[in-house]
Amino acid sequence: MQRTIITLLALLVLTTSVTAADWRQFRGNDGSGVAVDAAPPTLWSDTQNIAWKVDLPGRGLSGPIVIGDRVVVTASSGFAQDREHVLCFAAKDGRLRWHRQFWSTGRTMSHPKMCNATPTPASDGERIFAFYSSNDVICLDLDGDLQWFRGLNHDYPNVSNSLGMASSPIVAGDTLIVQAQNDSDSIAVGLDVATGANRWKLDRPILANWTSPIVVKGKTPDADVVLLLSSQGVTAVEPRSGRKVWEFAAECGQIPSATTVNGIVYVPAGGLTAIEPPSGSDSAKVLWQSGRVRPITPSPLIYEERVYAIGSGGVITCADARSGEQLWQFRLKGGLYYATPVAAGGHVYVFHEDGTAQVLKSGDRAELVGSHEFKEPILCTPAIAGNALYVRSDGHLWKIAQ
Amino acid sequence: MWWRTAWMAVVACSMFGQSSEGVSAADVASNLKTIKSVGAEAKGNAAASRAWAELAKADAKSLPDILVALDDASPLAANWIRSAVETIADRELNAKRPLPIVDLEKYLAETSHDPRGRRLAFELLTRVDPKTADRLLPGMLNDPSVEIRRDAVARLLKQANELFDADKTDDAKPVYQQALTAARDDDQVQAAVKRLSELGQAVDLPRHFGFIQDWSLIGPFDNTGKAGFNVVFPPENNDDLTAEFKGKDQKVRWTKTFTTDNYGIVDLAKVQAPHKGAITYARAEFMSDKARDVDFRLGTPNSWKLWVNSELAFSREEYHRGMALDQYRVRGRLKAGKNVILLKVCQNEQTEEWAQRWQFQLRVCDATGTAILSTTRPVAEKKDVTSR
Repeated sequence: MQRTIITLLALLVLTTSVTAADWRQFRGNDGSGVAVDAAPPTLWSDTQNIAWKVDLPGRGLSGPIVIGDRVVVTASSGFAQDREHVLCFAAKDGRLRWHRQFWSTGRTMSHPKMCNATPTPASDGERIFAFYSSNDVICLDLDGDLQWFRGLNHDYPNVSNSLGMASSPIVAGDTLIVQAQNDSDSIAVGLDVATGANRWKLDRPILANWTSPIVVKGKTPDADVVLLLSSQGVTAVEPRSGRKVWEFAAECGQIPSATTVNGIVYVPAGGLTAIEPPSGSDSAKVLWQSGRVRPITPSPLIYEERVYAIGSGGVITCADARSGEQLWQFRLKGGLYYATPVAAGGHVYVFHEDGTAQVLKSGDRAELVGSHEFKEPILCTPAIAGNALYVRSDGHLWKIAQ
Repeated sequence: MWWRTAWMAVVACSMFGQSSEGVSAADVASNLKTIKSVGAEAKGNAAASRAWAELAKADAKSLPDILVALDDASPLAANWIRSAVETIADRELNAKRPLPIVDLEKYLAETSHDPRGRRLAFELLTRVDPKTADRLLPGMLNDPSVEIRRDAVARLLKQANELFDADKTDDAKPVYQQALTAARDDDQVQAAVKRLSELGQAVDLPRHFGFIQDWSLIGPFDNTGKAGFNVVFPPENNDDLTAEFKGKDQKVRWTKTFTTDNYGIVDLAKVQAPHKGAITYARAEFMSDKARDVDFRLGTPNSWKLWVNSELAFSREEYHRGMALDQYRVRGRLKAGKNVILLKVCQNEQTEEWAQRWQFQLRVCDATGTAILSTTRPVAEKKDVTSR
């Protein structure tokens, strides 16, 4: 009886926590990097529009995610970066709700700029899936209770990368998609969200790849496909079976991920290539390809029918998402950008490695409307939820909100 | 109606509170057994998940027993157990209930227990009373837990730095030496070595870390198109050091080399030549006074295969993704007497400036990183080893 009551209560809590204002994975619920109904501040300072700031116990390039009133972030610490942290804060006031730690079961070596907590976690609204460069996958419920643990490097000893892993997992239906593509053993797996068991495991092209998978929505949930990128092109698979549905040959970039909006897929290949996924037995159709729109590390952002891509030297290029025609270019402060830009309320938010946030007005001309110096390196892709922007450094997590 | 259900649930929670439910010792043992059965590819995860939920209800008194279960837990199971300990401790501390401090400290004091479990106990104890660290760390300089050891060394380095800054260099020197002897993490080693050097004391870093310096080399063999990685060249099955084999361009023979690099790096591009599309084998003999499990810790930006006494220990095909101390940790076993370590080091044909390195470093140590030396290793020479 007691279990039943608690289960019912838990269901009520879960039901109320699943809101449209969530940001449940890398670049948000739909992987677009856009929060449609949100409007975070465009101006803030150390004393204005920073709702709260909390300390973090370790490093991380992983972005925060937001599930209802919970803000979840991962971190890694220790001399070998082999302590894995999952932290949950109250969105309202930044109070630490819970903090769980784990021991890496896989390799934690990475490029000095990266760390074990580089991939952004994901959630299906009931569970949290934390993934690390070690290839550990940790599933917790929203109260931090362990549901299951997988060590992909433990299970597949050559699935690792000496520069570190960065691909963020995504949830597609009841399957967690994890891409772990390397120079040695290179795989992608679909895991049962309830147990962590493999639904499928695909051998992937042998070459390091730091891109994240994306979901392309079908007309029905059963028609959704997951896109995996590699140096050989785009592979669309069924989320539950891993069955290949279609392929598109292209030499995709190894770092920026593809973005999909309104059924069009923008693939970092040959600069940027917009493709229309095939229907039936057709091949994917190339809508346009532009070498002038060339995302280097951050993934492309598609917002208000424009493409935003940060290229080399910190130059952001804006192009017409329908034609690929360049609209403008703007030299951002500094040259090194790792965070993928995010957008809401008619604005595009970009973060330089040194911690400089810059806010651009979305439009047919470049217009910088605000900036802020966090004075700490920021390499994560921020989250936007409920008119708030969440951003983290190696040492802190901020909520930017009025 | 939902509100009635919610109200009943609230009442139930208030009745049962956040307190533990008095899970019996037998249930704790049974749940731990289930959790310890987890294996690769999620084997046993579903049952472990149910067992974990029950285990996490155990009261604080169970914590030492749960920690003991880490002693023979796999790396996967260890994380399930760790998480249960953390969840129980959080619940109890948030409810202002005590942890079994005396029993946790007894568990910590017993160094035969799992090092990571002991570190977890240490963190629980210091969370309850931060002064515990100052009380315990001075006696934990050689602890089997690398994290506890690191804290103890950090404390000692701080003490040495204070003496150094106060110009009490005669007092600082032995403290730095003590810290160095205990240090296993390279940042702490370097911090101690830097100051000892300034105080005129030489340190034998290869010996401290256990790098093998004395190697026999043979190559180059052909790795054009990276095709040689899986080719069985003669050194893989012929241990005759006087033999001559067909190499990539000409016949090749074994040669001796001794690296004086502080971090044991053998730079094949210099010792031999900057060959491209090439493979060289490095062979070392290691005398052990007893059979024992060890770590073979390798750093190389090249693809490699490692054999110990003719058994393949591990192999990895990855080129130019960086090189670092302890980049790869391969668990293996030495037999008593002579052991032969054979390393295949493969260079590809990339032309970029950053892809020219063809080198390796290999050390033998225990799980804490403490050097294990060949019994025939020469006595350390006095030398200045302050620069890499």
